[in-house]
Amino acid sequence: MSNTKWYQRSGNQGDVVISTRIRLARNLQRMPFPAAMTVEQKKAVADQLFEVLLEREGESFSHIRMNTLDELQALSLVERHLISPEFARRGEGEALVLSADESVSIMSCEEDHLRIQVMRSGLDLDGAFQEADCWDTYLDNRLHFAFDERLGYLTQCPSNLGTGMRASLMLHLPALQEKGIVQQLSATVSKLGLTIRGLYGEGSGSKGAIYQLSNQVTLGITEAEAIENLKGIAEQIIKEERHHRQELGETLAAQDRIFRSLGILKHARLLSGKEFMSLISQVRMGVSLQLIEGVTLDQLGALLVDAQAATLSLANGDSPDAAKRDALRAELVRECLKGV
Amino acid sequence: MLCDHCKKNTATTHVKQTVNGVTTEMNLCAQCAAQQGLYTSFGNFGLDLGDFWGSLFAEPSKRTRDDSVRCPDCGRSFREIAECGKAGCPSCYLTFYDRLLPSIQRIHGKTQHTGKTAGKAEEQVKIEHQLAELKKELERCVTAQEYEECARLRDRIRALEEGGDVQ
Ligand SMILES: [Zn+2]
Ligand SMILES: [Zn+2]
Repeated sequence: MSNTKWYQRSGNQGDVVISTRIRLARNLQRMPFPAAMTVEQKKAVADQLFEVLLEREGESFSHIRMNTLDELQALSLVERHLISPEFARRGEGEALVLSADESVSIMSCEEDHLRIQVMRSGLDLDGAFQEADCWDTYLDNRLHFAFDERLGYLTQCPSNLGTGMRASLMLHLPALQEKGIVQQLSATVSKLGLTIRGLYGEGSGSKGAIYQLSNQVTLGITEAEAIENLKGIAEQIIKEERHHRQELGETLAAQDRIFRSLGILKHARLLSGKEFMSLISQVRMGVSLQLIEGVTLDQLGALLVDAQAATLSLANGDSPDAAKRDALRAELVRECLKGV
Repeated sequence: MLCDHCKKNTATTHVKQTVNGVTTEMNLCAQCAAQQGLYTSFGNFGLDLGDFWGSLFAEPSKRTRDDSVRCPDCGRSFREIAECGKAGCPSCYLTFYDRLLPSIQRIHGKTQHTGKTAGKAEEQVKIEHQLAELKKELERCVTAQEYEECARLRDRIRALEEGGDVQ
């Protein structure tokens, strides 16, 4: 398998949809949920998971015991959307299984015994679901998940009962954010059983205008229905975002912002994470509007991950201080944009 | 500021609600807000927060304090589950099914699963189908007085019922 990671390619509707994620919450029978487990029990779950995955031919997975990672490695996994921030605390007995291209990951003893996750670039809910479903069936046949015909998959938190499935889309919505439409959107989608929230930082205006749209309800709705529902709403949001982008792109003020952002990114010698996020968002919009040429959405997608603090530090050996990191970030960005 | 619900994480969402003329305010962390269907970035989602103030598993007082019934697998009482908003193990849901149902209804709006069925249940459904077929066939054989075939069918039905964990 090549070394390409899933986030280094942009996918279907990539101008607006950065990535698709399907996550399934699953638990073993007759075993307390993680909050009530001993370290020994957690280790036993990880051992079982590792073992059944070894039987699967033709797939190579990294088996990671979380407490063997240092802080930087764990935070980088969060930045690559592979684990939750809570899981980065690296509790003893907790483990992670990771496919070579990082598109399939399984957290062992996070909030549930297993969280099976499949990531795809762009909009690919069906593809991601099929793959997650396949892993779910494979693991269920060997580990036998806790299930009740009335309540579906039994999960530690009642909010995941039923399908245990959380389908999410990572969306880039610079135009809708700028026009203050995202806030209205959130009220609308909540009535339809979905939620939308800023992925980086809270409050109005997520850093980098990146939002996560997910299904909220998991009981009394099939996986297919939940996915269709999410897809339908996403298509409308994509249409709206494109419409407003076009409109914005024709104004001199927006063009000025886009090219100033490009100018700073191309020449800066120090870039904080926050500044980078807001500037790269403008440049990404510029590329999608074909105002900027010489860099692709693929390259920007990879940059979005590689320029995050922990991943950046990790790629440069030891843990640099903030100023050194800002310099490294600026260097990485200049290199990425040198064709522009 | 710490989250008023879990008292563990930093609170990021401020929630304000007036119920019967009394205004209550609460600060929640992202996790607890998410659990309640409240998301941090956009404030109030127009949910009926009255439901929330009790606790996730709000229930009229007395029965909640009764710890005599415990989950046979993990030993938790209903009160303990209600307090932390989490089940102790899968069997908790079966042990306290009736008492948990109102909260589950509040969270999801529904109480009957309609999605994928896990393997064991799938197998059971398959066996039940098979049994139904065999019993139909048996009836036909009895009517047709094919006694040898009847005996064979009865053996198969018995084997399925015993081995397949079907009542
Ligand atoms: Zn909390
Ligand atoms: Zn229990």
